Amino acid sequence: MKTLSQMGELHGYGIVLHIQRASEELLSVEEGSLYPALHRMEMSGWIRSEWKVTDTNRKAKYYRLTPAGQKELRKAEESFEQLVQGIRAILRYA
Amino acid sequence: MSIFRRLVNTFSRSKLHQEIEAEIQSHVEMRIADNIAAGMSPEAARRDALIRFGSRVVMRERVTAADAATAFDAVWRDLRYAARQLQRSPAFTATALLTLILGVGANVVVFSVVNALMLRPLDVPKSAGLYNVVHKTPGYDNQSYPDYLDFQSKNSTFSDMAAYRLQSAGLSTRDAAYKCWYYRVSGNYFDMLGVRPDEGRLFHASDEHGPNSAPYIVLSHDFWRRRFNSDPGVVGTTVEVNKHPFTVIGVVPAAFHGADLFVWPDFWMPIVDSPDNDGANFLSIRGMHNIWILGKLKPDVSPAQATDNLNAIARELARQNPDDDGLSARLVKPGLMGDMFGDPARSFLAGTMLLAFLVLLAACANLASLFAARTADRGRELAIRLAIGSSRSNVLRHLLAEAVLISVLGGALGTLFSTVLLDALTHWQPFPEFPVRVTVSPDPRVYGVALLLSIGSGVLWGLVPMRQIWATGPVEVLKGGGPGTIVFRRFALRDLLLGIQIALCTLLVTSSLVALRGMQRSLHAPLGFQPQGAFLAETDLHMGGHSNASITEMRRRMLEDVGGIPGVTSVGIIDETPLGTGGSSSPAYREGTTDFRVSQSAFGAKFFSISPGYFEAARTRLLGGRDFTWHDDAKEGKVAIVNETFARSMFGNTSVVGRRFLLGDKRHYEIVGVVEDGKYESLTETPWAAMFFPLDQSPDSDTSLVVRSPLPEAEIVPEVRRRLAEIDPGLPFVFHSWPDALAFVLFPARVATATLGVMGLLAGMLAVTGVFGMAMYSVSKRRKELGIRVALGARSTQLLRSALGRPLLVLFSGSAAGWLLGMLASPLLAEIVYQATPRDPLVLAGVVITMALLGLLATWIPAQRALDVHPARLLREE
Repeated sequence: MKTLSQMGELHGYGIVLHIQRASEELLSVEEGSLYPALHRMEMSGWIRSEWKVTDTNRKAKYYRLTPAGQKELRKAEESFEQLVQGIRAILRYA
Repeated sequence: MSIFRRLVNTFSRSKLHQEIEAEIQSHVEMRIADNIAAGMSPEAARRDALIRFGSRVVMRERVTAADAATAFDAVWRDLRYAARQLQRSPAFTATALLTLILGVGANVVVFSVVNALMLRPLDVPKSAGLYNVVHKTPGYDNQSYPDYLDFQSKNSTFSDMAAYRLQSAGLSTRDAAYKCWYYRVSGNYFDMLGVRPDEGRLFHASDEHGPNSAPYIVLSHDFWRRRFNSDPGVVGTTVEVNKHPFTVIGVVPAAFHGADLFVWPDFWMPIVDSPDNDGANFLSIRGMHNIWILGKLKPDVSPAQATDNLNAIARELARQNPDDDGLSARLVKPGLMGDMFGDPARSFLAGTMLLAFLVLLAACANLASLFAARTADRGRELAIRLAIGSSRSNVLRHLLAEAVLISVLGGALGTLFSTVLLDALTHWQPFPEFPVRVTVSPDPRVYGVALLLSIGSGVLWGLVPMRQIWATGPVEVLKGGGPGTIVFRRFALRDLLLGIQIALCTLLVTSSLVALRGMQRSLHAPLGFQPQGAFLAETDLHMGGHSNASITEMRRRMLEDVGGIPGVTSVGIIDETPLGTGGSSSPAYREGTTDFRVSQSAFGAKFFSISPGYFEAARTRLLGGRDFTWHDDAKEGKVAIVNETFARSMFGNTSVVGRRFLLGDKRHYEIVGVVEDGKYESLTETPWAAMFFPLDQSPDSDTSLVVRSPLPEAEIVPEVRRRLAEIDPGLPFVFHSWPDALAFVLFPARVATATLGVMGLLAGMLAVTGVFGMAMYSVSKRRKELGIRVALGARSTQLLRSALGRPLLVLFSGSAAGWLLGMLASPLLAEIVYQATPRDPLVLAGVVITMALLGLLATWIPAQRALDVHPARLLREE
């Protein structure tokens, strides 16, 4: 979602590439496992999808964040932030 | 969009698979392309891409699962699970379904009738803005033709206004004669309602050029089919209506039957034409109120504006014409013969709707306790499910699915059952001699209400045990005793619900028994004549084209010929039989009165014209004086026979032979005889004063022969028919037994009895299931306690008392309350049913026996169960 909020519209493969670049290849999971997550988010109404043609003239399904998704993202980021702060606090005094 | 997607996903799995496959494929291909671009060989690029992606099959399944997880697929699974659960407890399912069928079915039937009579617009092509214009005083709905013309020409709020009236006549073709009902309508009638002909043409305003200028008739589709075999060639031919020639110019479509909901006439005729010699007279008489006005509002005019407009015209007319004194206008929903049937129909429907609603309430109470009991019974199962990690919302979802399934199924069955009833109602013709049909076929609105009702009653009450589940702690339940105690605490409310239900049932049973008893008594009520053993031959001599001059001779011949038939003990003629379709009354004045305003009259009295011998044929007792003779004719002084009430009210005693009174024609009438009182308009009326005049002194073409004979009707009627046909073959007669002819007056009481009976039956069935459910539940919950009691030596009566005491107490108190309610409701019933009282010992006994039988029926099986408790077996089970 973070990726989509930064990049606007993207297809699944694009999202994978972006995450890999952003995390400097640290996160190397099976690429396919992205798709169940994408579809779940779509069912929850956080993202929307559309079939389009890529720059290289290939058909691909593009995903885009919805307003509900943006709200959800903010919430997730906040709670992650809190988690991190909590962990930091614990690490500092442990 | 996602709801829609989910639906689509559920029903098109393969398409979903293809789409997911395509998405995966495009991902892999893009990776291959990038790999090749990065310098890998095609083979290696492909291998790398596939490895990076992971298992395609697993991913596809997981994506599919993600798509369907929160989708209808899950709902479908829940429903299937619910169906299996219900299959496993057929007793519960059947009881709940039956309850819903009865509750929903009754309400759908009643609502359909309300819908057809009150809510649906008239079944005519242009139904928008149609109103009947009636007088302000309810019950005075007829207008006069000259007033209609003035209203029509002077108003500024209606786009058009039509006039119509219902009449009967004899229609004869070359081969046959029929008694018909038809509308006489103004020329603009068809155009205003937007009717187009099926065959031929219709008449228009332009066809009217004064009295008897348009001798046309338009046939109804049904009449055309029945009598003319749908022959298009009939258009253009000439038929005779009351022996006057009329040209058939067209046929209306099958669905069109005029502007009244119940009436299905045989044909239409221009109002300016008349088949009677003097029938068009009223067209110029302002004081003759005998037509209905139907107006069509202009699109932007409100009914209130139109009413003001018409009332202004009415005041203007009243200033100009003495006959229009007090003229006023009111708009009513069209379709109920002006508003003639409006008030009785509305109050009857309101009452019936209340009853149906009560039945539904009883059904809901039943459902609530059924569902609560079921949840309690499944306490252990639910507790286990909660204990092994099912969420409470999951359990609730399953219960909801069960409730939805049951209510939709029950509602559908209930609606099906009610459509069968409605179909029967639609085909029912309550009065064979009158063209009445009640079309109540259900429409989408009815189905909508049915769905709403079933979901409302099923789901709402199915969720009653929700709190119970929320409060369930799996541990206590598994330890034992949990749900039982919860439910027993809730028992007070359920007792009350059941008590109310039984009270309602008793009320309905009491009322229907009271009504039934009243019906039975009314057949033996002192009517002032004896319908049993007599039959009627009714006709209108105008139908034979007879003028008033030849009527006397005709009637005398009829009486002589029919009286001469062997087996006929007596025969007489009356213009209109008492307790028939109408009857007229007129003010009577004391001798010496000079002021003939209605307010100065002694009273209003019913009047009839009779032949000599009528009283004998009707078995009306002559208390004093003499019967009429044929010498009491137009040449002699006016004479009358009066009834007891008349004599007492005017003279204070009944020996009044030889005394005189006056009528509105300012002439003296000498009383020559006194007869017993009778019923003239309805069975529940207070005694009317009545007067009888010799036929020859008050000419009228209506003729009812009262023929009394000890022979069976099937033997004597054909002979009478033959003799009458010899006198005039073209004169149509309607034959029926006198008791049958009373159908009209008995109709309200019959309908009330039937409605109360059906509702009472439904309520009774619901009460049985309710008591049964409660007793069964109470026994099964207390088996352990009962077992211990048996072990300690309790006798079976003691067992029964403790197991069934509560349900029976509820039954008794509910019945008592219901009977008291019945006492309170009986004055209402007395309005329509003869001598209605719940204090009648037979009614009382009937109610007690019915309720006792209900109780016995409902508690028989639970009692068997309670007696069947074996302590040893119980101990083993534990």
